[in-house]
Amino acid sequence: MTWFASPSEAVTRLRQTGYLSDDAIATSVFLAGVLQKPLLAEGPAGVGKTQLAKAIAEATGSDLVRLQCYEGLDEARALYEWNYKKQLLRIQADDDAWDDIFAEEFLLERPLLKAIRSDRPTVLLIDETDKADVEVEGLLLEILSDFQVTIPELGTITAARRPFVVLTSNATRELSEALKRRCLYLHLDYPTPERERDIVLAQVPGIAETVAEQLARTAATLRALELKKSPSIAETVDWAHTLLALGREVLDERTVAETLGVVLKHHSDQQRAAKELGLR
Amino acid sequence: MIDRHIGFVHALRETGLPVSLAEGLDAAHALRHIDLADRRTLREAYAATLVKRPQHREGFDVLFDLWFPSTTQGPPKHRDDDPEDLRSELAELLRGDPAAPEFSAFAQAMVERFGRVQAGPGRQSWFSYPVIRALSPQTLIAGLLGERGGLPEKLARRRVTTNIAAFEAEVAADVRRRIAEEQGRERITRSAVRPPIDRRDFLRVTKAELAEMRREIHPLARRLATRLSMKHKKGDRGRLDFRRTVRASLQSGGVPLITHLKPRRPHKPELVVLTDASDSVAGFAQFTLLLTFALREQFTKVRAFAFVDTVDEITKYFAPGADVLDAITRMTTEADISRFGRTDYGHVLKTFEERHASVLTPKTSLLILGDARSNYQPPNTETLKRLTEKVRHAYWLNPEPRNQWDTGDSVASGYAAVIPMHECRNVHQLAAFIEDVV
Repeated sequence: MTWFASPSEAVTRLRQTGYLSDDAIATSVFLAGVLQKPLLAEGPAGVGKTQLAKAIAEATGSDLVRLQCYEGLDEARALYEWNYKKQLLRIQADDDAWDDIFAEEFLLERPLLKAIRSDRPTVLLIDETDKADVEVEGLLLEILSDFQVTIPELGTITAARRPFVVLTSNATRELSEALKRRCLYLHLDYPTPERERDIVLAQVPGIAETVAEQLARTAATLRALELKKSPSIAETVDWAHTLLALGREVLDERTVAETLGVVLKHHSDQQRAAKELGLR
Repeated sequence: MIDRHIGFVHALRETGLPVSLAEGLDAAHALRHIDLADRRTLREAYAATLVKRPQHREGFDVLFDLWFPSTTQGPPKHRDDDPEDLRSELAELLRGDPAAPEFSAFAQAMVERFGRVQAGPGRQSWFSYPVIRALSPQTLIAGLLGERGGLPEKLARRRVTTNIAAFEAEVAADVRRRIAEEQGRERITRSAVRPPIDRRDFLRVTKAELAEMRREIHPLARRLATRLSMKHKKGDRGRLDFRRTVRASLQSGGVPLITHLKPRRPHKPELVVLTDASDSVAGFAQFTLLLTFALREQFTKVRAFAFVDTVDEITKYFAPGADVLDAITRMTTEADISRFGRTDYGHVLKTFEERHASVLTPKTSLLILGDARSNYQPPNTETLKRLTEKVRHAYWLNPEPRNQWDTGDSVASGYAAVIPMHECRNVHQLAAFIEDVV
């Protein structure tokens, strides 16, 4: 199937789901669809990597299958597992059952296998790939290049319909060259003030355009400071919600000083911002 | 198109971007699906398939502009206006959106007007400096700020300075395009692309680059910390973990098929850092100190000492949560590290042994950061030898390229005979050192 007809169509359809893209996002999403290659989205926390996968699923009307990676994730959690309890019961119930305990009914599907066997269009989101151990990358290689899984007792299962794969990473470690080579790469960074303003306007209905503009500019200024943790888009959006709840119409020094905790979560960062922006 | 594609991929490889054969093919496949006339889509299609590291994007963009120059605007309008009018036009543009087409069109027209310089008899070349000088955008800032004082001014200032940087980048890009047009693309490829930030020399960085590197510290420290802790986890396992083994045996009907072992307790070294804080290595020392402190979770104890010609402890300035820039300023003004202001390694080592020898124990790792340039003072190698014998590990990181060791007043190999000395010129080498050694 074709996922998107052109980069500009990707922009429109993502926009309908409330996700504002730019040239880089639209082009790589479009290419990942036509080339049937996984898309690796890398960037700091809170710039909308996971959200992108959800938006793609929504825009194309597909199912979203999500595999959350963490340290210690293994094949049994990512791919498939045999339901040994059921197998044991079957053997106890019927002594001749030794041959048929490795059948479909004893197989527990995990996200990767589920995405491959699904006959509906599916977006497979492999979230925070960098948190998983290096061995998991090896496991992903076979799946991502050939879209097939080998289960020794059942044989090789090939994807009926190739899923749209999105991998995300916060770059806490460098992913292996082999994995990167098989993916299209999208670096998501903090947006330009213009785009961030539009995001705030789209995400927070009811906020005044001037306030959104000021928020976006302030966030950009904060990111230019040398902070431990720069404010993410999600935090700017939270900030907008906060201002709306407080009923503030302008973002002046006093308001910023009072609500700085929404965007900066380190004490030293707050002090630095207060000093540099002249809040006190 | 094929020739241009291949030439472009070659140029990328030449400037140090690792583009594999498969990735080149991917890019070619991608070209079949997109509208080649749309330059922005073309750029992103190449970026998605070829550039797999954010540090490489800057160099990629420079090369892309050379290989696929924009031709849509036609020949730029010839502008003979009075420079003052041009300045006010620029001021107007700096208030707006730098992504607007007028913005780059104006930059190109200005290069046409001011950028041509006679480079020799009968030869001319293009430079961005005369363009920037003629328009001097920096002097426009004051007029553009509008409201004075407080937050609005900060925001306006930030916006104008970013736009000025964007304008200067547009001018530089257009200058490169013109040079490439006249002298051929291949000539300019090498000189146009700067190495990515993690490969730039500590000793030659500009202030802006240093700030950029400092911003990399926390991500870098986090990356190193994860990798180090993974290494610990993967190392030899220790004793049998009885509880987990029995839990796991339930899966196999009470037969312990899979044994689980307790991970060995990670070895957390104590670290003593002795760093040269003289001006010649200032950027390097700052960066390394910050990284050491950012890596604190890997070490049970970090103690830092700084020196120029005498030595003092600076640990207290880098307390958790302290602001890094303040810490550095306080360190240079408050700590007693300089008597005459000329580096003297021999004297420093002697003072360190006299005053602070107690911090060195068989559990410590000693890390010395410096260029080993001692202004022709006696090096006191014997003292260093005694110090290294007291500790578990000792390393010296030298920010100078290896081929400059022992030139002039450097006594690098004298010290290298008693302590392993590593060349550490950029972030990349530093990360590699920490990963290999710690």
